[in-house]
Amino acid sequence: MKTTDPIQRMSRRDAIQWMLAATGAVSFAHNRGFAQKGVPAAKGYGLDPNLLEGTVPWSRTMSEAQLLLTTRLADIILPHVDNRSPSASAVRVPDFIDEWISAPYPDQTRDRKTILSGLTWMDAESQRRFSKLFVDLSPAEAEAICDDICHQAKASPAHLSGARFFTTFRGLVLGGYYTTSVGMKDVGYVGNVPLATFDGPPPEVLKRLGIEKQPW
Amino acid sequence: MAHIHASKTKPDYDVIVVGSGAAGGQTAYTLAMEGVKVLMLEAGRNYDPATETPMFNTPEQAPLRAMSTPDKPFGYYDATIDGGWEMPDEPYTNASSEPGREFKWWRSRMLGGRTNHWGRIALRNGPYDFKPYSRDGLGFDWPISYEDVAPYYDKVELLIGVYGTNENLENTPNSPDGILLRPPKARAAELLTHRAGRQLGIPVVPVHRAVLSERLDSRGIPARLHPNNPRAAAILTDEMSRRAACFWATPCNRGCSIKANYQSTTVHLPPALATGNLDIITDAMVASLLTDQTGKARGVTFIDKKTGRDHQIKARVVVLAASAMESVRVLLNSRTAQHRDGVGNSSGLLGKYIMDSVGAKLGGRVPMLENLPPHNEEGAGDGAHIYSPWWLYKEQLAGKLDFPRGYHIETAGSRRMPNVGSFGNLERLSGVGYGRRLKDEARRYYGSSVAYSGRGEMIPNDDCFTELDPTVKDRWGIPVLRFHWKWSEYEHRQAAHMQRTFAEIITTMGGTPGSLDATGREAIAEGGRIIHEVGGAIMGADRKKSVTNRHSQCWDAPNVYVTDGASFCSNSDKNPTLTIMALAWRAADHMIAEMKKGNL
Repeated sequence: MKTTDPIQRMSRRDAIQWMLAATGAVSFAHNRGFAQKGVPAAKGYGLDPNLLEGTVPWSRTMSEAQLLLTTRLADIILPHVDNRSPSASAVRVPDFIDEWISAPYPDQTRDRKTILSGLTWMDAESQRRFSKLFVDLSPAEAEAICDDICHQAKASPAHLSGARFFTTFRGLVLGGYYTTSVGMKDVGYVGNVPLATFDGPPPEVLKRLGIEKQPW
Repeated sequence: MAHIHASKTKPDYDVIVVGSGAAGGQTAYTLAMEGVKVLMLEAGRNYDPATETPMFNTPEQAPLRAMSTPDKPFGYYDATIDGGWEMPDEPYTNASSEPGREFKWWRSRMLGGRTNHWGRIALRNGPYDFKPYSRDGLGFDWPISYEDVAPYYDKVELLIGVYGTNENLENTPNSPDGILLRPPKARAAELLTHRAGRQLGIPVVPVHRAVLSERLDSRGIPARLHPNNPRAAAILTDEMSRRAACFWATPCNRGCSIKANYQSTTVHLPPALATGNLDIITDAMVASLLTDQTGKARGVTFIDKKTGRDHQIKARVVVLAASAMESVRVLLNSRTAQHRDGVGNSSGLLGKYIMDSVGAKLGGRVPMLENLPPHNEEGAGDGAHIYSPWWLYKEQLAGKLDFPRGYHIETAGSRRMPNVGSFGNLERLSGVGYGRRLKDEARRYYGSSVAYSGRGEMIPNDDCFTELDPTVKDRWGIPVLRFHWKWSEYEHRQAAHMQRTFAEIITTMGGTPGSLDATGREAIAEGGRIIHEVGGAIMGADRKKSVTNRHSQCWDAPNVYVTDGASFCSNSDKNPTLTIMALAWRAADHMIAEMKKGNL
């Protein structure tokens, strides 16, 4: 992979994000605020992109502060468990969300509005309840907010817009996480390898299903 | 002969074939193998599955983790390039924007067309399917019967390779012994479906798909297909021996670089090119037919998309195999002194009776599939291993159902590679909002969903047709198609029956179906969405009531053949591709015989 590859460049930017987060340099985020950028004018990849070497033709558009909040919240949704199951940010889910909401297609443009206004809502709610930015909350404080918005069907009217955001955000976190090789392994996906024969489910699976033998 | 530039054509082609997919590929193969000089015109670019197929590429290697976008509606890795529902350079219009009145038109502008990405489900029409009017008084009988087409089904299955079994089921023909390849083993969800089917009286059997579950017999088959043509047999032996058996990984809709599934680009075109009898021009957008004073075709006009220049090419015979709607468009746009409303339109029926399959889907969750030990379920390129042929013929004939024609069921559900949407409703399923427990729930629910899709037969009706839009033209200046569409109550009721049946299957498996639509009006897919569109140049026994005859030949211009789905006068529940290929082979045989007799 060439060093000019945008993914490589992004991983360096991610590293900077991490440094900022680790050193508590959040005043940076506070000062910058969430000045919303308009819908990106970028074009999509067109009807005939290179399928073997997919590149993302649009730029990421999240601000540093938005990325920090995205990172914090993504890791609350899918935290580090063990070496087999790292946190969302360890497999670069925040960068995936940035790529997603920066894309010029209709679904992503819709999600962009939901995500960016939702991030603003999260900080506003944190300020209202704890007089702090969300990234500065203690784990217990952050969870108190998440508990109010993580079940959209049960959310109170005051929390409904936050809950709608959380649903979309969680969907992207899960989508981003389980489409990585690490996430696929975590749920037990074992395909994408050539096999000499296809034998169907192994005996222990057939037993669980109560199937005595393959019908053909 | 080979791939050539638009300026390098020869003066003496026997046949021009417009299109390079299932119909064009098969027509060109049959002709070229028998020594006929063929020029193929393809509107899209050249495409090589051996070097362009993203085998084994993962979501992380693609924009948006390979999820679908308007540029790539079936996902980034789908083989389709320069195609989709909407193409900026090639619009189409609908006469009505009311719900249920729009037709969506899928195009695939590339060498091999839609064969590069299709689902490879390869079902024969049965005897009833050629004589539907005689059974229930609706629609039209074909001017041919199953017996006319059966030998061609045999040949096509031998050539392309189809897995499956013979089940002796009503209107679901067996193939002769020794043709079908071994069926792949059923996956977990398919096994549960099979068991539920037994309880419900619904047959669940191996599906027929054009995927090599084992290598083809590259000595025996060519000798069988070309018994009096040793050169053709030798060429086919060489090309067939280059096809590997499926290695049970990477989805078929990406195409297949090891040629383990059928694509025109890997199966039809290589041997046809190897004969030296086939020239191919890509990026060649055919606009219209040229005709002479007697009304016969002289050739075609096409636009070289790379230069924008017009070209005219002559031949003894013109074959339209451009996909059903595109072939109709070329005929409609060929308005000459002898054919004022387009070539083949003396009956007034050109563009009429277009059909798609009735499609409806229902998903559900099956607890027995939760938390299964990890195991590989990709199978034959992520495609189906089982299906349910229509099973209620007798009830229907006895008037016990409120819709006249059948559908088959396609089953999906396995531990396939996760995509961005795979866990979208995890919170609703599990009640867990976030955190460590959400990961446990993802492991539990992964692979536990199933989905059933119906593919049913619609009745051709007067409200479904296409015509040239009076004002809109595409980038090349060619008038675009305007569609008219309306499902009848037959199709709505059939879609409702599908929904009820699928819910019953899921419940019988101990699962919970999603919410179902009892009317069928919401569940039914828009016209065109199943991409089984056929008709528009329907074949018949009476030239006043059809556009083409029993040989797929235009009544009004006998040296014009339509070998794609446009000639279908009914659209059985069986996916149309195998029948398109069988009829194309049959039409090509007719051309050869007629040319020998001096009739063309």
